[in-house]
Amino acid sequence: MSLVFAGVCSHAPGITGRAERADPVLREGFYANLDRMRAALEAARPEALVIIAAEHFANFFMNNMPALCVGMGEHYEGPIEDEAWLRIKRTRVPGAPDLSRRLITQMMHQVDLAYAEEWKFDHGIMVPLHFLTPRYDVPVIPVNINCQGPPLIPLERCWVFGQALRRACDAAPERIAVVATGGISHWPATPDSGKINEAWDRAFLAKFLANRKQELLAYTDADTHREAGQGGFEVRTFIALAGATEGSTAELWFYAPIPIFAVGCTVAVVKL
Amino acid sequence: MSLYHVQKFLYQLNRDPAVRRQYEQSLDGLLESYELTAEERRAIREPDIGLLYVMGVNGQLLMHYAALRGFEWDAYLEAMREGERRYGPVRTGLYVRAEGSR
Repeated sequence: MSLVFAGVCSHAPGITGRAERADPVLREGFYANLDRMRAALEAARPEALVIIAAEHFANFFMNNMPALCVGMGEHYEGPIEDEAWLRIKRTRVPGAPDLSRRLITQMMHQVDLAYAEEWKFDHGIMVPLHFLTPRYDVPVIPVNINCQGPPLIPLERCWVFGQALRRACDAAPERIAVVATGGISHWPATPDSGKINEAWDRAFLAKFLANRKQELLAYTDADTHREAGQGGFEVRTFIALAGATEGSTAELWFYAPIPIFAVGCTVAVVKL
Repeated sequence: MSLYHVQKFLYQLNRDPAVRRQYEQSLDGLLESYELTAEERRAIREPDIGLLYVMGVNGQLLMHYAALRGFEWDAYLEAMREGERRYGPVRTGLYVRAEGSR
């Protein structure tokens, strides 16, 4: 059936955990667009939601770090963090193991993947789900791109992964939604938390929205680290989604730096 | 330096309820399972969040340990800044500052 929905959103833990400390006008504007994204996702009636995330040492560590991993569990649990810290109640999220298995099997023709039948969701997935599927009633297939512990997968391989995902979704009869979630420039959990390079973000977003492959793949990690912080490595999630929707442009529904959330808060939806 | 083991301890503490129970019973006993230097053991036990940051511990691990040890968000950020003042720049890892970046 292929993709019925594709979009990107931010996932920073401050979005829920430090909500009251944000400028209320910006926060409500951001929340309103996350809710608009929820409505659009629901209108697309997905049977499964693939969420391309960049987790933060919840499941994967430097003892055995996959560059790419896809969930194949019957269910997942999250958040792994303290519920009071993140202000999201721990819950069980349904998986789609049969569809996962078919997608993974198909994608392996183009990319080498790890898979996982157990997966504890951290804020990187739970914050988006909290807003987009608040009843946790849409089966989820989590994808992780290692953006934390270098060496990291090159950007062009993220694009190839996105294309493999699209090809696999096209071959499946189910209605599938894909949401990528990552930060653009940010320095999370460091003394520079709250610093955001808005000009860099807007330049990156312009390339993402226009699906300009060569320009997206021209970024280097050294430049990104210098200009956009170590959090900027999470642009891999955007690039995977751009690969999955090659030839389609996207519409920016919201972007604003919200320093207490430690990221330029973003909502964008691809015009499939 | 055994930064890998410091981070492994924090990773397991953050995610594994059994490790959390061991931590609550005896932190010293739990730390015996990890290959740590005396400085690293001290930084974990005190806790010296600033020193852990300067050692290069990833903030995605460290911020949860700081919260567990009672550091509110602003206190966590300040502890890292204090660490840089006391111990100098971050020694290794992603947070080493490029020259002139500050």
